[in-house]
Amino acid sequence: MSERILSVLVEDKPGVLARVALTISRRGFNINSLSVGPTNIEGRSKMTIVTELESVEQVKKQLNKLVNVIKIVELDPDNTIESEVLLMKVSINKETQTSVIEKASLSGAKSVDVGQDYAVFELTGTSKELMKFEKLLKPYGIIEMIRGGRIAIQTKL
Amino acid sequence: MTKEMLTGAELIVRTLEHLKISTVFGLPGGAILPAYDPLYDSPIRHILARHEQGAGHMAEGYAQATGELGVVIATSGPGATNLITSLNNALMDSTPLLAITGQVATEAIGNDAFQEAYTVGLTISATKHNYLITDVKEIPQILLEAKHIATSGRPGPVLVDIPKDILNDKTSWVEPKLEELPGYKPTLEANPRMIQQAVELIKNSKKPILYVGGGIIHSKANQELFELSTKYNIPVVTTLMGRGAFPDGNDLCIGMPGMHGNYTATTSIQNSDLLIALGVRFDDRVTANPKFFAQKAKVIHADIDPAEIGKVREPEVPIVGDAKSVIKGLIETLADTEVDTKDWLKEIKEMKKSYPLSYNQEEKGPLKVPYVLEELQKMSEEDSIVVSGVGQHQMWISLHWKFTYPNTWLNSGGLGTMGYSLPAAIGAKVAFPDKQVLALDGDGCFQMTCQELITASTENIPLKIVVFNNGNHGMVRQWQKIFYDHRFSASELTHHTPDYVALAEAMGAVGLRMVEKSDVNRVFEEMFKVNDRPVLVDCVVDPDDMVFPMVPAGGSNDVVLLNEDDLKKI
Repeated sequence: MSERILSVLVEDKPGVLARVALTISRRGFNINSLSVGPTNIEGRSKMTIVTELESVEQVKKQLNKLVNVIKIVELDPDNTIESEVLLMKVSINKETQTSVIEKASLSGAKSVDVGQDYAVFELTGTSKELMKFEKLLKPYGIIEMIRGGRIAIQTKL
Repeated sequence: MTKEMLTGAELIVRTLEHLKISTVFGLPGGAILPAYDPLYDSPIRHILARHEQGAGHMAEGYAQATGELGVVIATSGPGATNLITSLNNALMDSTPLLAITGQVATEAIGNDAFQEAYTVGLTISATKHNYLITDVKEIPQILLEAKHIATSGRPGPVLVDIPKDILNDKTSWVEPKLEELPGYKPTLEANPRMIQQAVELIKNSKKPILYVGGGIIHSKANQELFELSTKYNIPVVTTLMGRGAFPDGNDLCIGMPGMHGNYTATTSIQNSDLLIALGVRFDDRVTANPKFFAQKAKVIHADIDPAEIGKVREPEVPIVGDAKSVIKGLIETLADTEVDTKDWLKEIKEMKKSYPLSYNQEEKGPLKVPYVLEELQKMSEEDSIVVSGVGQHQMWISLHWKFTYPNTWLNSGGLGTMGYSLPAAIGAKVAFPDKQVLALDGDGCFQMTCQELITASTENIPLKIVVFNNGNHGMVRQWQKIFYDHRFSASELTHHTPDYVALAEAMGAVGLRMVEKSDVNRVFEEMFKVNDRPVLVDCVVDPDDMVFPMVPAGGSNDVVLLNEDDLKKI
């Protein structure tokens, strides 16, 4: 895997996500994940874009041309903390209920809602951990699953 | 005293006046109508185009000829969608353009209202930047910002979309002041360390070549380029967009390289050991297959747009900066260095001699475009502005016309927009009423925007138009001949319909025709006598003539086809 993570500071204005998304699709870049949300600075949002090594230079340069893009930092893979949230609704019954909840709990997932025939879990972790969790509960029947997109922050100043 | 209250519409006109805009091109309609009312009283000249695409190209022609901002106004929906071709064209050729479009009223946006189109969404990828105004107070500030973005850094089109209700809202005039844009800071000054590295490469090269393009013209760096080339004896190739950046009359000029470049220009790049690429983007029409492009050369690539550097070819020395500052830096740092290019110049001179451009105009045979061009140039002024369409005639002009000054060659290089010539020439003639402006077009191209002839007649814009009428989409025909076994699918137009002379007369212009060699000088003489109206020459030319040299798309620039016989090589 030759992934690169870009942390992109943008102006919080209507249409900025569309501009970024259009630039990416227009240039045919490979993007593995894109997430966007507010920051501690007013009027600024941050996007975390996970792309491949071969596209990273052009992605940076083309996005930098957007007037609403303020700053792009390529995160150093050795000093980066990455996180993603997952919500999963799993099918359960009397026989499987205990083992499903136990497995989820051992994986660090939170049971946010448990019904008669379903359970909803929330898990935060790296993409790898989330994929492992998915594999673990797949045999019980995943009814629905959503991942929130990867976010990342550099550890050093 | 209460402050004077102005409508959004009045603010637009006031701001355009404040920005010293003297001419706008456009076409009114429902949503933009409020803006046309104060325009009626303004000293700003408004040229009423017959189609928004034409209005857009007029503004582009104005901008390409002056090097300053061109302004176009259109209404919502179809007005805006018709503009898109010209916006994208301006984006590809880095032409500074400001487009102002009307939008349906704020509360109707998103409801599929009459003449509603999502203009901002549709034009994100056809502009350098765009805006939707949401408050009347924003108008002066955003128009100023839009002009700044359009004209600075790598120039380009900026669109400002304004809902109709905001055009009618009122506020007071506050003079706009340019504020810092956090995400827009073009690098103008070149990094001295990179200049130093470039100079080291130049000192050590035996076969350097200046590969220059539109960037020289945008940065008005032609004099600096001239000094760099002539002081250090470095030959120059000028790309399609860079024609006129260096005078063709100078021995160091080699002309246009690439797919239809001249043999020496294409080959000297292949043979060089150092490409000094200034304001160019290694376009596929220049490089052919980039794998085989200038394989022996190291590359210095300077451009104001960092995204162009390394996009196609990874340079040994990347320089981000304005061409003028880069060249000044190079000259200062080279100082009294002597670059020994004597042998290299000799090699190029011999190549020029062995592979001259050629054409065969028979005494009684059909007219050939290169012959007509050479005769026309002899009879026209040295600083005539030549505006072309796209296709065979465009390549022939670029090959055979001798350019002396920048901004005298206007064409659609990047997007290759047929129909560009006539409206762009109108824009240029409006900018320079005292200069000769020649719209040299193909018949296929001309039919795409020929309604603008009425604009030229009614607005009293006496330009000269030559329609090279081969009755075909000539370049399509040429490719069908070479690559599709002479199967001329949908490329035939006929010489006789329309009757261009009658068409010109019907549209208030003078119509003339030339068919054979003996007509050429006489008809051009007549053409130059007409100065109170537009004049059009229907120049009937050989449909079977092909543009050579040629490097087929995706091929190697090492294999330049010089004539029809060479087609056997592929």
